Amino acid sequence: MSGQTFIDTLKQKFGEKIVGDHLEVIDPWIEVTPEALVEVCQYLKTDPGLQFNQLQCISGVDYLETDPKKAKKIDWQPHTEVVYHLWSIPNKTSLVVKVILPRWKNDEEGQLPEVPSVADVWRTADWHEREVFDLSGVHFTGHPDLRRILCPEDWVGYPLRKDYEMPLEYHGIRGR
Amino acid sequence: MATVDDPRIIEFDVRTDEMLINMGPQHPSTHGVLRLVLQTDGEIVSRTTPHLGYLHRCAEKIGENLTPRQWIPYTDRMDYLAGMNMNLGWSITVEKLLNHELSEKAKHLRVIIAELGRVASHLVGMGAYGLDLGTFSPFLYAFREREKILDLFEEVCGARLTYSYITPGGATADLPAGWLQKCEGFLEQLLPVITEYHTLLTTNAIFVGRTAGIGVMSPEMVIDYGCTGPVLRGSGVSHDLRRDGEERVTDMYDGYAFEVICEQEGHYPNDHDYPAVPSKAVLGDCWHRFYVRMLEVIQSIDLCRQAMDRYSTASGDYGIPVKLTQKLPKGEVYLESECPRGQMGFYLVSDGTSIPWRARARSSCFCNLSVTEALCVDVPLADVPAIIGSLDVVMGEIDR
Repeated sequence: MSGQTFIDTLKQKFGEKIVGDHLEVIDPWIEVTPEALVEVCQYLKTDPGLQFNQLQCISGVDYLETDPKKAKKIDWQPHTEVVYHLWSIPNKTSLVVKVILPRWKNDEEGQLPEVPSVADVWRTADWHEREVFDLSGVHFTGHPDLRRILCPEDWVGYPLRKDYEMPLEYHGIRGR
Repeated sequence: MATVDDPRIIEFDVRTDEMLINMGPQHPSTHGVLRLVLQTDGEIVSRTTPHLGYLHRCAEKIGENLTPRQWIPYTDRMDYLAGMNMNLGWSITVEKLLNHELSEKAKHLRVIIAELGRVASHLVGMGAYGLDLGTFSPFLYAFREREKILDLFEEVCGARLTYSYITPGGATADLPAGWLQKCEGFLEQLLPVITEYHTLLTTNAIFVGRTAGIGVMSPEMVIDYGCTGPVLRGSGVSHDLRRDGEERVTDMYDGYAFEVICEQEGHYPNDHDYPAVPSKAVLGDCWHRFYVRMLEVIQSIDLCRQAMDRYSTASGDYGIPVKLTQKLPKGEVYLESECPRGQMGFYLVSDGTSIPWRARARSSCFCNLSVTEALCVDVPLADVPAIIGSLDVVMGEIDR
């Protein structure tokens, strides 16, 4: 299936839920609304023509320019992306699905943005979502056991956010 | 148990509580610093909870502050038993973003190095698995041979563990003069040694008893959990990125004669003298995962030989590394390559400067380890190291 026909079928099926598609880049990606994510993923995994049965990776990417000089030149608004890399073992094809979220829910600092968990679609998502939660600060609703995975449980902050600051002290250990 | 009230009366109704056992983070059979909290009912483990992060070194955060070539030494320290393969994975990801084409010679050089790295890594995997199951000697045999590979690597790049040899654009140096002969001599003597290993472990009755039929995973389960590499192929899924991956990975192995090691229709690709599968072994158990690794050693020796033939006649140079502060085009790429322990993926987001906006490493062991919660349930305590060992995890890669 060529890229464009795939996008057309997808848009026909899900309509407005597919927000955008970018086929001209190196790794083509589609953008999905957070509400429709599970539904779209379930379709991508089970459709006999697509069979994206392997979830390779979930990454959180934070977009915020902390340098005020550079911030004037950029052409995007601060946001957080959750990127899903899918692979189909039978078809040997890949697809990137993105969900674009505000950096904070309702723009209230400290309120994590929310996206539904796909742990029921692919079990791989379980630990990957915990990692994204831990490092990038995205809350996955409906996740079976969402807690920090790499950082200690009592760690404060989300290290892969661009405005993260190293704590100066952790249990008597000096940070700097 | 006698009661306090009347010591003569024996209480037959002995109550036992479930016990929590903390295994690790310094337990030798957890391959690094993995901590498992086991809930046990007598000898039977009823629940396993892995706790990670004891080796977390913020590699991804560091990657946001360094140029791709400067980040190469950090990839070495991810899977520190296969540093060359980690370098390779990151290098081809950067090359994919730069749209950089390599010469034939550079590609063959990479195959030689990557396959030798795979042999070294699988040898440690084999030796350490023996240790997990209580036999010490295979470990010494394995390290004896691995030492020779490290000597070869040392001659190539000066380092024995953290190589930083393969870089975006090619490699830091060409193979030294006379190296190919030494390498060929080593492979020549390694092949018969593998038969010894099969006698030591693969067909050893105790080893078979400890691993056959233990920790069985169905093909659906391994795919669902995102397991890759020998764990995936040990369950009978024929998928190897060297054959099935993206063009940049398969291109390196273009024209090479090799078959994916995986049981199909009850047998393995049979052009070598493999020991037979024991009758107790079930497809997808610990024994099969180990077996796939052992067969891959032979396969890698074969691939390495083919690559050496091609390298000596290939045209072009060994590849000139890109500039240390090479400007990256705006965009993002994701690429997985077949590393000894599974598919290692790197995700690189660039905003057009020389330093990546985001560098993400997808660890194969991270996904492979996630099955322990499902596998180490209702198994005897002694099977837990057998299952973890068969996944052959390296914590440096999981925690990054």
